[in-house]
Amino acid sequence: MEKAENHKAGILDLPMLKIAKYVVYDILRNKFVLAYLLFLLLVSMSFFNLESDPAKGMMSLLNIILIVLPLVSIVFATIHLYNSYEFTELMLAQPLRRSDIFLGQYLGMAASLCIAFGIGVGVPVLLYEGTMRGAILVGCGLLLTLAFVSLAFLSTVLARDKARGIGIALLLWFFCTILYDGLVLMGMFAFSDYPLEKVIIGLAFLNPVDLARIAMLLQLDAAALMGYTGALFQHFFGSFWGGGLSVLAMLVWIVAPLWVATRIFRKKDI
Amino acid sequence: MKHHITFLLFFAIPALQARTWVVAPGTALTDIQVAVDKAHSYDTVLVQGGEYRTPVTVTKPLTLIGKGRPLLDGEHRHQPLSIRSNYVSVSGFRVVRCGSGSLEDMAGIKVYNARHVYIFDNILDDNYFGIYLSGSKYCWVTGNRLTAHGEVEQTSGNGIHAWKCDSVTINDNRVQGHRDGIYFEFVTNSHINRNWSEANVRYGLHFMFSHNDSYTHNTFVRNGAGVAVMYTRNVTMQYNTFSENTGGAAYGILLKDIQRSHISDNFFSKNTAAIFMEGCTRSVLERNEFRQNGWAIKVQASCDGNTFRNNNFFANTFDVSTNNQLVLNTFEKNYWDKYEGYDLNRDQVGDVPYRPVSLFAMVSDQMPYAMMFWRSFTVLLLDRAEKVIPSISPDNLRDNSPRMKPYQF
Repeated sequence: MEKAENHKAGILDLPMLKIAKYVVYDILRNKFVLAYLLFLLLVSMSFFNLESDPAKGMMSLLNIILIVLPLVSIVFATIHLYNSYEFTELMLAQPLRRSDIFLGQYLGMAASLCIAFGIGVGVPVLLYEGTMRGAILVGCGLLLTLAFVSLAFLSTVLARDKARGIGIALLLWFFCTILYDGLVLMGMFAFSDYPLEKVIIGLAFLNPVDLARIAMLLQLDAAALMGYTGALFQHFFGSFWGGGLSVLAMLVWIVAPLWVATRIFRKKDI
Repeated sequence: MKHHITFLLFFAIPALQARTWVVAPGTALTDIQVAVDKAHSYDTVLVQGGEYRTPVTVTKPLTLIGKGRPLLDGEHRHQPLSIRSNYVSVSGFRVVRCGSGSLEDMAGIKVYNARHVYIFDNILDDNYFGIYLSGSKYCWVTGNRLTAHGEVEQTSGNGIHAWKCDSVTINDNRVQGHRDGIYFEFVTNSHINRNWSEANVRYGLHFMFSHNDSYTHNTFVRNGAGVAVMYTRNVTMQYNTFSENTGGAAYGILLKDIQRSHISDNFFSKNTAAIFMEGCTRSVLERNEFRQNGWAIKVQASCDGNTFRNNNFFANTFDVSTNNQLVLNTFEKNYWDKYEGYDLNRDQVGDVPYRPVSLFAMVSDQMPYAMMFWRSFTVLLLDRAEKVIPSISPDNLRDNSPRMKPYQF
C-alpha cells in the first residue's frame, strides 16, 4: 500500500506532470474555463430540454461541438500560452528538459479543457442520451479538444508575436470548420463527372472536424447515408477498420502538430 | 309448410352425416391422398401428427385438419398440397420444402381457381412460394407463419402470393425471408390486415394492378426494398408501420402510378426514403408520422393533385425532396420539427410558410456522395441562404399553414 502510494507520488513528481499540475491550477484561477464549462452545461441542458426528441438535441449539440469547441480550444490555448510566457521563461531557467516543459503545459491545458467539456457536455448527454451515440458524441468532443489545443501550441511556436499567433490560430480554425468543406464542395462540383467517392473518403481524413462530423453523421443520419453511394461511406466508416482508421487519424491530428511544435520549441531561441 | 321442412331435412341430412376420416401413421389409413379420394364432399380428413411425403391434391369440398402438426414434406421435389376445389379448409399443418422450378411456380399450399378456401394456422418453412392463390375468390389466409431462407431474388418465391383473385382476405400472418412477403397482382376488392412482414429479400408487400384494396395495421420491417404499390387505384393504406427499410433503392412505400388512394395514420421510421412517389395522382396522405428517415417524402414532378396534410415530421434528415421546379401537389397543416417561424396570433398555425425542401437534399439527389458534407457548417450556411432566397429548390413547394405543435395521434 505504502509502496503504491510512493509509486503514485513518484509519477506525479515527474517534471512534466508537475508543470501540468501548475498549469491546471493557473487556468482554474483564470475562471475562463469555468465560464466555458457553465456555457456548455447551459447550452446542452437547454438543447435537451427544448427539443422533445433527444436525437434533435444531439443534432443541435453537434453544431456547438463542431464550431464553438474548436474555436474556444484553439484561441484560449493560444492566448494562455502567450500570457504565460514569463512562466515558460522561468521554467526554462530551471534544469529541466524543454520538451518536458512544453508537453507539461500541453497536458495541463488539454486536461482542463477536457474536464470542462466532460462536465459541461458529458453530464447532460449522460442524463438525456446515455446511449452509444451519446458516448461517441462526447468522445468526438474530447478528441477535437485535444487536436485543437495541439494546433494552438503549433501556432504559438510559429510566431513570436501574440497578435500573429492568434491570427494563425483563428486561420486554422476558420480553415478547418468552414473553408475546407467549401473548397472540397467546390472541387466536387467541378469534377462531378468523375467517380469521387474514394477521393472524398480520403479527403475527410485531412480535417479533424470532418472526421468528428462523419462519426456523428453515422449515428444521426444512418438512414439517409444508406441511400445510393452513401452506403459506401456507411460501409467504410461504419466498419471496424474504417472506424479504427478514423480514430487513428484523429490521434495523428493530436500527436503530429504537437510533435512538430515540440521540435521547433526545443531549438527555438527564446 | 310441413312439406317444405321435410324437403329441407331430406337434403340437409346427407350433409349432417359428413364423416371424419382419420389419417395416422401405422394405421389402416396412412396416406392423406387415399383418404381424400375416399371421402365424400364436405367430409373431414383429420391428419394425426407424423410425416407425409406424398403430394396431396384436393378436388372436392373438404375440411383438412392437422392434429399435432403433421408434416407435409415436398422434399424440394413436388408441391405438398394443391387445392382444386371450392369450399376447402386447411389448418394445423406444417408444410415444408416444396419444389422449385422456373416452368411452374410451386408452392407449399397452392389454390387453383377455387372459391371459399380457408387456410389458417399453418406453419410453412423453406418453401419456394408459400401460399399461392391463383384465380380464386372469397378466400381467407389467416394466422399462418411463413419462413424461407432466400438469399437472392432469383432463387426464392413469394410468401403469400395472389394472382388474379377477388375478395380475398389476408390476416394475421407472419412472413419472413421470402422474395416478396405478400404479393398481389390483379387482385381486387381484397383486404390485408395485421400481418407482419420482415426481412424479405425484395418487398415486404408488392402490389400491382390491384384496385379497391385495403391494407391496415400491418408491419413491414427490414425488407430489402420496403413496400411497393404500383399501377393501382383506390387503395387504402392505414395504420401500418414501415420501418428500417434501408438501402439505395429501399423505400418505406414506393408509390408508382397510384390514383385516388388514401394513405393515413401510418408510422414510418428509419427508412432511407419513407415515401417515394412517381406518377401518382389525386391521393391523400394524412395523419402519418415520419421519424428519423433519410428522406421523409420524395415526390417526383410527375405527381399531381396529391394532398399532404396533418402529418408529423420528426428528426428526418430531409423532409421533402423533388426533382423539378414543377410542383402540383399541396402541403398543408403539417407539423415540421425544423420549422423556425413564429405564431403571433397564437392560433397554433405558423405565420410564415415553411419550405420543406432543403437545398442540400436537391444537391445530394444529383451527387449522392455530397451526403458526406451534411451537417457541415458550410452546408448549413448554404442551406440557410437558400431558405431565405430560393433559387434551386422549388419556390411553390411550401406549407402555408405549418403547425406549431406536433399532432397527438
